[in-house]
Amino acid sequence: MIKTLFQKIGAGALTMLVPSLVWAQDKAKWNLQEPHTSVAREMYDLHTVVLVICLVIFVGVFGAMFYSVIKHRKSVGHKAAHFHENTTVEILWTVIPFFILIGMAWPATQSVLAMRDTSSPDMTIKITGYQWKWGYEYLKGEGELSGVADGVQFYSVLATPHDQIYGNAPKGEHYLLEVDNPLVVPVGKKVRLLITANDVLHSWWLPAFGVKQDAVPGFIRDAWFKVDKPGTYRGQCAELCGKEHGFMPIVVEAVSAKDFADWAAKRKTAAAPNAATATVAAAGGGDGKGTYDKVCSVCHAAGVLGAPKFGDKAAWAPRIATGADALHNSALKGKNAMPPKGGAVTLPDGDVVAAVDYMVKAVK
Amino acid sequence: MSAVIGHDHDQAHGHDHHPSGIMRWVKTTNHKDIGTMYLWFSFIMFLTGGVMALVIRAELFMPGMQVVNPEVFNQMTTLHGLIMVFGAIMPAFVGFANWLIPMQIGAPDMAFPRMNNWSFWLLPPAALLLILSLFVPGGAPGVGWTLYAPLSVQQGMGMDLTIFAVHILGMSSIMGSINIVTTVLNLRAPGMTLMKMPLFVWTWLITAYLLIAVMPVLAGAVTMTLTDRHFGTHFFNAAGGGDPVLFQHIFWFFGHPEVYIIAIPAFGVISQVIPAFSRKPLFGYTSMVYAVASIAILSFLVWAHHMYTTGLPVTGQLYYMYATMLIAVPTGVKVFNWVATMWKGSLSFETPMLFSLGFLFLFTLGGFSGLVLAIVPIDIQLHDTYYVVAHFHYVMVAGALFSAFAGIYFWLPKWTGHMYDETLGKWHFWLSMIFFNMIFFVQHFLGLAGMPRRIPDYAPQFTDFNMISSIGAFGFGLTQLLFLYIVVKCIRSHEKAPQRPWEGADSLEWTHLPTPAPYHSFETPPTVK
Repeated sequence: MIKTLFQKIGAGALTMLVPSLVWAQDKAKWNLQEPHTSVAREMYDLHTVVLVICLVIFVGVFGAMFYSVIKHRKSVGHKAAHFHENTTVEILWTVIPFFILIGMAWPATQSVLAMRDTSSPDMTIKITGYQWKWGYEYLKGEGELSGVADGVQFYSVLATPHDQIYGNAPKGEHYLLEVDNPLVVPVGKKVRLLITANDVLHSWWLPAFGVKQDAVPGFIRDAWFKVDKPGTYRGQCAELCGKEHGFMPIVVEAVSAKDFADWAAKRKTAAAPNAATATVAAAGGGDGKGTYDKVCSVCHAAGVLGAPKFGDKAAWAPRIATGADALHNSALKGKNAMPPKGGAVTLPDGDVVAAVDYMVKAVK
Repeated sequence: MSAVIGHDHDQAHGHDHHPSGIMRWVKTTNHKDIGTMYLWFSFIMFLTGGVMALVIRAELFMPGMQVVNPEVFNQMTTLHGLIMVFGAIMPAFVGFANWLIPMQIGAPDMAFPRMNNWSFWLLPPAALLLILSLFVPGGAPGVGWTLYAPLSVQQGMGMDLTIFAVHILGMSSIMGSINIVTTVLNLRAPGMTLMKMPLFVWTWLITAYLLIAVMPVLAGAVTMTLTDRHFGTHFFNAAGGGDPVLFQHIFWFFGHPEVYIIAIPAFGVISQVIPAFSRKPLFGYTSMVYAVASIAILSFLVWAHHMYTTGLPVTGQLYYMYATMLIAVPTGVKVFNWVATMWKGSLSFETPMLFSLGFLFLFTLGGFSGLVLAIVPIDIQLHDTYYVVAHFHYVMVAGALFSAFAGIYFWLPKWTGHMYDETLGKWHFWLSMIFFNMIFFVQHFLGLAGMPRRIPDYAPQFTDFNMISSIGAFGFGLTQLLFLYIVVKCIRSHEKAPQRPWEGADSLEWTHLPTPAPYHSFETPPTVK
């Protein structure tokens, strides 16, 4: 343990001493990740341009400063001049930077306009941030591919085992950047994202795509990407969202259009039996379970934030004691950390009531 | 410091009546005593916030969870930020203001001495509330110093203590600012016109206006959080017709000027120190004043550049990008003026000058990374990553903290009557410089490569830079104990400092007052030509 630690410190020190050598070996460490969409590429190039301009100005200004530090020091007998203003110079160094800035703002404006143009997508995916996982849903809507996977929906949760995080097992290759169900998208197609959150702010960030969009509960934001190459791309939640913020990664698999269609077909048949059960349940007593699975389970399955846990008799007893009406009302209007309807404001009241009854039945 | 100011030299001036012992400090209305208390308070908070930073860096030394759990990690990032901003950096510069403004404008004291006492004594209870929040059920808020809703609405009662603390800190700042504005506008010695004031006084006059304008806004933001938490309002809850992003707009309307509230007095200190050690007057005094004023005005117009990823409209993104880039112009003017002040001077490099040059070099780097972040498409990649952490520490630590060090070494002889140990001072500078860059330079690379900020654990490809950063952090922390030793040694020294130890220093406290500055100064105003 200690030995590897020192080896790592040694490696770190080496990294500082011979940057050029390491640069050649491991370029990815020193700059933005390799871009894989046109937007990300523009970001990458824009950053390079701005960095170079800054570097040139930096060398100029501090060249002058260090020249002064070396030549104009008292210890070499330099006598102080007494000038303290020069209108020409002062106007020049106000105006010239202004034009340099315009030079930077122009390409930046072009990129912003391209980045925000989410029109005419080939397909649309709705992304929902939860504490602490991502939900993905393929929507029906405009675009040639919208029908291919519409209705497919799933959660995407960190797949790194607890033991690896707490040092009881060696860390895997994609430690903290692996999930159980990656988002699957076709390459070369414009994918529009509709991003929202269920509880607090999250931010869906995929560096290789140049997409970072905050997920705001109660509001829908959009973004888009068109991946140029099949592969697995990894990102993370970028907005502090509570204790597991560091543990809700994003993984996107970009595949060919054909593989995407195959995957979508498989997901659809896999989902079908579930839908059948849901229908049966609906016939038996409202869509309680469906609503529970979709909305309530996010908190009530694990008992997040003081929510009474599904099936936990002790937690539910005092609540049930307040009467069914009070219980329905709390669910509709919100209680403690729970927002009205658990945040699913578009849900019909009947479904919420049914879901409450379903949860109550489980502890009776 | 008390021993020196309070006793050793009192007799020489004969009119320094004040209670002794603890009551002297509790009841004092003397601007020098209050300045001293601000500075010591800020140093204690600096060490407190520093220990929290070390907890963060210890956890991030390598991948995996080792030192604290994620909840405590988030509490540490929150408190580190709040304590450093409100407890360390801001009070440090208020301390400078108290000590120096009356002496530099030829006034006997601040305009409202009793309110001055009250402004200071509000700080310790606020700091205690912040610390106390760690020990209540649920602990301190784990939301970051920005206190974003709705996460802040979910927190335990630690959040309520924090809100209360922020209210108290705001009251203290507002009273302090009113005092400074009134003092500067009304108590200047005859002949001390506004455009003759030392630049430090100018920067504080402008900063005080900023504070009066934005502290009530912050108070509003946290009050709305409080009522959302306990009184059934829905300012930040979409289900009740509110909007979580509203919090960010209000917070950053305070938060961006706040950045300049911290930076502008630092500009003032540097503008005193560089001419003194260049033995040459400040280049472009008038343009300096205008540059500071324009930075202050622009600071109100750029707040949403902290929010590019929240889903602003395209036109919003473009406007905030242009406005933010514009700040580079007056900031550039300042840097050029400082370099031009040194040009053809007769430079010497005592510790205050070294820290000023460190400031100039690193603050400019922080300015450049700020320009990079101002550009929307680049910021989309870098927002909420370690690049941002690196950027604002270049501005806050290498900017504000280094200039505070420069100012303390510069004025210590005037305050204590003794010279500090020059060799140790230089050690303090070089160690701070090296360790600072070890901590934060590598964080630019972490951010570029994709490491988000505020995460307690990270993917293995980020390990090397995090290790360098953590080692640097512990080195930087230890170096500040050396600073404490230097200051204590200076206070206890017996070697008398001359009235004007720095050849090029020419403001009133050097030219008109003995060293150490007497307990009461300028009871009759000096004549300023």
